[in-house]
Amino acid sequence: MNVQGTVGADTWTVARRTFTSRLIVGTGKYKSLQENAAAVEASGAEIVTVAVRRVNISNPDEPMLTDFIDPKKVTYLPNTAGCFTADDAIRTLRLAREAGGWNLVKLEVLGEAKTLYPDMRETLRATEVLVKEGFEPMVYCVDDPIAAKQLEEAGAVAIMPLGAPIGSGLGIQNRVTIRLIVEGANVPVLVDAGVGTASDAAQAMELGCDGVLMNTAIAEAKDPVTMARAMKAAVEAGRLAYLAGRMQKRRYADPSSPLAGLI
Amino acid sequence: MTLDHTLQVRINGEHRRVNDGISIAELVREIGFDPARVAVERNLTVVPRSTLAETAVEDGDDYEIVRFVGEAK
Repeated sequence: MNVQGTVGADTWTVARRTFTSRLIVGTGKYKSLQENAAAVEASGAEIVTVAVRRVNISNPDEPMLTDFIDPKKVTYLPNTAGCFTADDAIRTLRLAREAGGWNLVKLEVLGEAKTLYPDMRETLRATEVLVKEGFEPMVYCVDDPIAAKQLEEAGAVAIMPLGAPIGSGLGIQNRVTIRLIVEGANVPVLVDAGVGTASDAAQAMELGCDGVLMNTAIAEAKDPVTMARAMKAAVEAGRLAYLAGRMQKRRYADPSSPLAGLI
Repeated sequence: MTLDHTLQVRINGEHRRVNDGISIAELVREIGFDPARVAVERNLTVVPRSTLAETAVEDGDDYEIVRFVGEAK
């Protein structure tokens, strides 16, 4: 197979929208909106997650995210981070759809503040309601192949299992379940949460994921812009390694030079 | 409605008094925002942006006015 040729046209598609970059980045925890914009630029991301929050009535002239990251150039993916019930998440996304004018959204319904683990019962219920209302939800979920399948059947346009708890930077804790989710899914699978450094992102891509979503790993790096570049390279490297097909592992050594003709 | 022809409304949890007869778009402008860049929920129902200018504010309305902000993962 001509991998080079394949890679030249390597894109992924979610809900009929096609993207080249497989890295989605968040827009929180940065020191400034300028630094945030520079990190997004360096990451090469074509999608950023954004939150919906009340306008600050006491300071209408506060700088707006849209002044720094142009929604015409980068796809804004409204997220329901911070919602702990299906009803709150649905209400938030109805407003997000009005603010942005599009149906592609990211759903997450959290179960508790300590672990920020998703509440899958509420997540599934919210997915069903949103799909009925014409939304195209990409859904944050546990790394459980059965739950992933149920979300897909409910109409999720992408499955986004956690690699580790949100903001923990612990890396992918269960490679087996992520791989099982990838193998069983007919929609894109993106690891969402838990990535701490470049090798974690590469690992997600080597497992066959369609993409990776991260925020803290970049925003809390000492140098976020350089880490954004590292993550871009890692996602591309992991993707290429997946397409190339890795060698089989052996228990012992196998010499690289021929043994025949030894003096 | 009071004798001075003002309405009592709530915006993002804060009470405000506004002139009778204004539209939601005018309300948004009055507090310093561009109606084209926010989303408005009135009494738990989203008001389509296209109708903000023609929908009148009513006494006792409860508004949530939101926008996109940076989001952390």
